[in-house]
Amino acid sequence: MVKDALIQAGMNIGWATFIDLLLGVIVAASFGMVWVLLGIWIERKWAGRFQNRIGPNRVGPYGSIQSVADALKLLTKEVIIPRNADRPVYFLAPVLVVASVILIAAVIPFSPVVIGTDLSIGILYVMAVSSIGAIGIMMAGWGSNNKYALLGAFRVVAQLISYEVPTVLSAMIPVMIAGTLSMQGLVHGQHVWFIVSAPVAAVLFFIASQAELGRAPFDLLEAESELVAGFNIEYSGMAFAMFYLAEFMHSFFVAILFSVLFLGGWRGPGAEQIPFLGIVYLFIKSILVYFVSVWLRLTVPRVRIDQLLNLNWKFLVPLAMIYVIFMAFVLKIAPVPDLSGAQAIAAGPYEGVASGIYRLLGPDFVATLPQAGVLLLANVLFVVVAAAVLREVSRRRRMRVEDLVDETDYSGAGGAGGYTPADHSETAAAR
Amino acid sequence: MNLNEWAFVGIFLAIAGILPAVPILLGWLLGPRKPNPIKTDTYECGIETVGDTWVQFKVQYYIFALVFVIFDVEMLFLFPWAVAYQRLDLFAFVAMTIFILLLTIDLFILWRKGALEWT
Amino acid sequence: MELTIEVVVFAVFAIITLAGALGVVLARNLFRAALLLLVSLFGVAGLFVLLAAPFLAAVQVLLYMGGIAILIIFGVMLTRGMVQARQVMNSQWDLAAVIALVTFVILMIVIVQVAQGEGAPLPSLPRGDVAADSIAQLGAALVDPAQYVLPFEVASVLLAGALIGAVYIAREDEAE
Repeated sequence: MVKDALIQAGMNIGWATFIDLLLGVIVAASFGMVWVLLGIWIERKWAGRFQNRIGPNRVGPYGSIQSVADALKLLTKEVIIPRNADRPVYFLAPVLVVASVILIAAVIPFSPVVIGTDLSIGILYVMAVSSIGAIGIMMAGWGSNNKYALLGAFRVVAQLISYEVPTVLSAMIPVMIAGTLSMQGLVHGQHVWFIVSAPVAAVLFFIASQAELGRAPFDLLEAESELVAGFNIEYSGMAFAMFYLAEFMHSFFVAILFSVLFLGGWRGPGAEQIPFLGIVYLFIKSILVYFVSVWLRLTVPRVRIDQLLNLNWKFLVPLAMIYVIFMAFVLKIAPVPDLSGAQAIAAGPYEGVASGIYRLLGPDFVATLPQAGVLLLANVLFVVVAAAVLREVSRRRRMRVEDLVDETDYSGAGGAGGYTPADHSETAAAR
Repeated sequence: MNLNEWAFVGIFLAIAGILPAVPILLGWLLGPRKPNPIKTDTYECGIETVGDTWVQFKVQYYIFALVFVIFDVEMLFLFPWAVAYQRLDLFAFVAMTIFILLLTIDLFILWRKGALEWT
Repeated sequence: MELTIEVVVFAVFAIITLAGALGVVLARNLFRAALLLLVSLFGVAGLFVLLAAPFLAAVQVLLYMGGIAILIIFGVMLTRGMVQARQVMNSQWDLAAVIALVTFVILMIVIVQVAQGEGAPLPSLPRGDVAADSIAQLGAALVDPAQYVLPFEVASVLLAGALIGAVYIAREDEAE
């Protein structure tokens, strides 16, 4: 639209394209920044209610512009540069961390027509730019020249790269069903929400992405009691605020990503006809996911680093790998149905109940329903078997521990084999 | 391929760098600047920091990074397969199953050897 | 050569790649050298995009920048006393220079041959649009018995072997 207007106004096509792109970029990129001002307030209000407080209530109606006041305050704070800091690295770190999050916004499909750019490698692009954040955190730890900051950075990076594996593996299931990496393609392929066809993948993705965010119960990066505050301890003023901003923005973007991958993105009644409705649907879904994430954050305590890594490498990763094989097998039994028949019936003249149902609920949805049902059943089966295996494994381990207890002379010679390592490694976990 | 899509990403890259840099710069310009030796000291426990910051770290970090890189390669092989999966035959399923199972077994071997312990 | 936007962008990414690589070699601080390596790798990712191979660009960023670079940084942190190099040149610089030069000459010969099409080992590639479903084609080719299924499975064995071997070596170091 802008491009055509500019060309008509007599502008060079190249420049018109550039300005058109630039405007799109600015809108998409600042979306995250603007959202954060509102999002932080919402989250603080929720946190307040969860903890039987009121939350921010001074600035503006119901404290709604508290974040703006905070931002202004942070602008006037001194940016303290530690004497021993590696300055270029120290200042590039927050920029890189925020940039890696903002870049996700480029491919978010807000509605059938509103999307920054629908790259052919969409979801892979999201994974790729998110992985850059780890480097930013590493730079923050190094640049600060502080032992705790570096230690915190090491921990975070170990956590981030570990949980990237189950995140990507579980995101592969929607890709497999939809047969595309493009974000719009993933939404278009979701005639029945993927949370129905692949609930295990949805749960895996949710858990792993919470760890990717570094939020409770996986907030080891800001373990105040152990690491002072983690990798950002030497940062102050606006430089610190950037890390804060990146975290909030990332947590909402991950909620959006979950909605796009598993909750049908902008899909909903009438979204194809009225694009604006799509934006509304996506926001409602994302806020619901975001609420669950905040709920989790405010309810559960922090895990230890050995527990964190055990959960990932000994549970999530093997489970995700076997699940990928399992889903591939099930998809061979129940392939994605051909929708042209149902579409033809719905488009044709009214004949009996079948075409009535097709028209009411949409031909694609109804025609995909049987396949989704099979996938759902298969998933239930998978969960039952996995739970049985887990129960058996933990029963054996328990028996081994009990045997061991019988054999020892109770003199407190701890550290004998047979216990799970998680039981006696608190002291070793620190470094 | 439409390079315009990527021009968007390219411009986005620049803007994504500028957006966080501007507030930091503004904060640096607007905020007070009164450094003193105590303030710019390394923030630790109140006592001056002892020794080098770059102490030797656990080898375990390196091992986990190593395991991650291997699995990263595996996942990147999986993606093209996942995209094409709907139109592939049963042989493709078997080929990929062998591929994934080998690495799963590998993971279990490492587990048994104790390489995945955080001790 | 016509100065199109494509050429300019190519030049930018080429300069980023080369400057990053030069920085890696010249930096005295190993951590900064690792960061400059990232810059260089990023430049290569940009070149992949220009070659209409976005999947490879994503691989470059995800694997090399997000994985291997982190591995290198962890490696740097493990080596005590290596963080601050005392001199830029080590004792084997002359040998390294010879090898680098020979590699460069061989690469140049190959590139020039391919580019001029004279006795070219590769057919000259058509300049034009790459198929939209190139990723799916890649996926199909990987598990096609007529194409790459054997190398693909061998890659899996290689990965498995590399993993176990590397972990063994790393843990031996720890025991010392």
